[in-house]
Amino acid sequence: MLSLESITNSIHAWLNNTFNPTLALLLEFVIVGTCAIGLFTVLGLVLVLMERKVSAYMQIRLGPNRVGYGGSMQTLADTLKLAVKEGLTPDGADKFLFNLAPFIVIIISMLILAPIPFAKGFQIWDMNIGVLYVSAVSSVSVIGILMAGWASNNKYSLLGAMRSGAQIVSYELSAGLSILSIIVLTGSLKISDIIASQENGWWIFKGHIPAVIAFVIFIIAVTAETNRAPFDLAEAESELTAGFHTEYSGMKFALFFLAEYVNIFIACSLGAILFLGGWMPLHIGNWSGFNHIMDFIPSSIWFISKVFFLIFVIMWFRWTFPRLRVDQLLNLEWKYLLPISMFNLLLMTLVAIMGWHF
Amino acid sequence: MYRETQILKAVPSNIANDFDDNNEMIINVGPQHPSTHGVLHLVITLSGETIKNVEPHLGYIHRSIEKMCESLSYRQFIYVTSRMDYLSSHINNHGCALCVEKGLQIEVPARAKVIRVLMDELTRLASHQLWWGAMAMDVGALTPFFHAFRERETINDIMEETCGARLTMNYMVPGGVMVDLHPNFQTKTKEFIALFKSKIDEYDELVTGNIIFQNRMKDVGVLSKEDAISYGCTGPTARASSVSCDIRKLYPYEVYNQLQFDEVIETGGDCYSRYLVRMREMRQSLSIVEQLIDNIPEGEFQAKTKAVLKLPKGEFYSRIETARGEFGVYIISEGATTPYRIKFRSPGFSNLSALNHMAKGYKIGDLVAIMGSLDLVIPDIDR
Amino acid sequence: MFLSDYISEIFNATKSLLKGMRRTGYYFTHHKQIITQQYPDVKQILPERFRGEVVMTHDEKNEHACTGCTACELACPNGTIKIITKFDILPDGKKKKAIDTFIYHLELCTMCNLCIEACPTDAIKMAQNFEHSVYDRSQLTKTLNKPGSKIKEGIE
Repeated sequence: MLSLESITNSIHAWLNNTFNPTLALLLEFVIVGTCAIGLFTVLGLVLVLMERKVSAYMQIRLGPNRVGYGGSMQTLADTLKLAVKEGLTPDGADKFLFNLAPFIVIIISMLILAPIPFAKGFQIWDMNIGVLYVSAVSSVSVIGILMAGWASNNKYSLLGAMRSGAQIVSYELSAGLSILSIIVLTGSLKISDIIASQENGWWIFKGHIPAVIAFVIFIIAVTAETNRAPFDLAEAESELTAGFHTEYSGMKFALFFLAEYVNIFIACSLGAILFLGGWMPLHIGNWSGFNHIMDFIPSSIWFISKVFFLIFVIMWFRWTFPRLRVDQLLNLEWKYLLPISMFNLLLMTLVAIMGWHF
Repeated sequence: MYRETQILKAVPSNIANDFDDNNEMIINVGPQHPSTHGVLHLVITLSGETIKNVEPHLGYIHRSIEKMCESLSYRQFIYVTSRMDYLSSHINNHGCALCVEKGLQIEVPARAKVIRVLMDELTRLASHQLWWGAMAMDVGALTPFFHAFRERETINDIMEETCGARLTMNYMVPGGVMVDLHPNFQTKTKEFIALFKSKIDEYDELVTGNIIFQNRMKDVGVLSKEDAISYGCTGPTARASSVSCDIRKLYPYEVYNQLQFDEVIETGGDCYSRYLVRMREMRQSLSIVEQLIDNIPEGEFQAKTKAVLKLPKGEFYSRIETARGEFGVYIISEGATTPYRIKFRSPGFSNLSALNHMAKGYKIGDLVAIMGSLDLVIPDIDR
Repeated sequence: MFLSDYISEIFNATKSLLKGMRRTGYYFTHHKQIITQQYPDVKQILPERFRGEVVMTHDEKNEHACTGCTACELACPNGTIKIITKFDILPDGKKKKAIDTFIYHLELCTMCNLCIEACPTDAIKMAQNFEHSVYDRSQLTKTLNKPGSKIKEGIE
């Protein structure tokens, strides 16, 4: 059967046979880089369109429907517009940091792409500390945001960046703890191990109530970490006009915009890996017939559909809820999410030690 | 309110220079800002995220409407007032028509009175619906805005069919209304009542009960009863601070004294109380429309008036309850065809003056919520 | 008790959030509720009272009912209407006042309907056209009486 794994393996084998190992490795780097950039573009286009359509339907509108079939080319046209737009640098801005910030943000979201398995065996780098790597690198993006907010020489940007700093740093905690509660069960940080441990059922089903609580907390925390409504205090368009990217225009703005959507994709794929079994098909106990049918669906489709389901949930949040205030945001984290996830971690440890999970 | 602040004197080149000695930051909200609903300019002093002072600056949309009215005849000046509070333009026109009628001592036919009240209440509903959407948008929920506009659109359609315009209808004339009701008016209004009764519960489901919304609104921007009175607040803003100030109850005009409705009063004085007052007022307005829609008396829709109206020498004042509070029209007449002087008392101006008092000590996000709960319409404040 | 309050608080909060999500989820799945009007493709028929612009009605004999009394000009609050009159020489040698040009400044008009109310002969009315955008401002100044038109018989 033709799968992404066999394609990558055959390319790898062919490169190694044709060129010397160093050159083959370099060529693989180039291929992977191109694919990553291509994926970024496609993700940006698809997710922006998806967001606009989801919001439109929830708001009893039609959404983009002029360019292309059902508005499918709308985001492409918008990207083109942004690309030819003048990128202004405001007077009095720290020019170096101002221009550097969007690249830092986008590079960080590119880096986190490395350990994400898009299908069975289709992964850039299956490192042994995969999950730790993702949560560690993703928190660096706050530097880019702070940089953008400070360098813009705009008080709204500054306020937005400072809010975002406080927010991302605090929500890292509960996101990390809910990730840990799954790590307790798998006993490995390696992403392929985590997925392999879910062969007979996803952790959200196998891990009893603690897994469900961890899942909910994880979704809330990543919504906050990616600066999405109802936690979009860094942007907060009714308070701070556009927050940290108020002064950005043209392609630099597009990079921030793209990074936001790619971050959502990565956060949701991490959620899918940890709780919903990554590319693992839905298997129910001993129903071998049912399980067999599920195996026929390619693993890449399983992964993408799980991720998009989580993205949809996050979009659903955005178009339903009002925004929290900055002190309420921190209250929610420190008074509710953190104690609950700590308690939950204890509970999960108990479950793991006693072997109560399936 | 009009004092020059340092922000207007010099434009600093770097934000670092913009902190004063107490480490407070001065920041301009507006005139172009998404949540000021127009061209209001607020100069706020911040310490961190906490608001120390709010200073509203007006004048960005001043059109000297009062002066313009002095050169217009008593029939002509009414249309200008639609451009003040454009969301309750109909009620503004009504107030002006009432004042002219008072001066000329015209008895308005019974049918015209009922039509006027019906239109007033529909306008109030439309205005509150838009406020509801904008309020939710100010605190960050974008979807309710579109849901609010859906119902508002049906009211606008009713208005368009009878009055000929959707927003600035100029339907009131001294002595009655300009044209009779459209034959479809009653059926369409009944359809709207049935529709809105189900939708207002949806409003509660989507926004009122939401825990984030409640946390954003409760105990924010508290205005005590004494302060509400001393700042001259009227309308829902004052009624949320348990001040009884509904002109429809206290100084009934047209047919309001024959109607069954409650003056909505809340005691909290915070944003959430102001929110609840308006939500409950929508239900009251709906019940007023329901009471009147089947009881429109037959007869003339306009009293016979002279072609050229001349108010007798003297001073005339009339007041009316708009969606935002008390709207007063004060005319000084020298006996000519045009007024000698006109003064409008607009509700938004007094309500805005309480903003500094309300917002001190709260966060920037709260300022937005407070402004939303005041239901400011900038052309009404800045005539 | 503190802990039960804490838990019930979380429970009620979650319930209120899910209620809102059910509402938006309903609209997400019920596309028939969409109210968007596809304006340039599907044009709505406006009610006959809609005030779009002032027009002068002409019948098939190219005759209008305007006597040039300037009642509308006086009623207009913005100076939107300017009537230039002339004197027709009737067959019996008498002079009769008639309109030469009825100038209407659409760019100044606020659609207040006062001119239509003031007209004693119902010569002008409001049309439902609302698409007034033009490339040049001068195109908004219109002459309402058609060339060669004259007043109807019997209207004084």
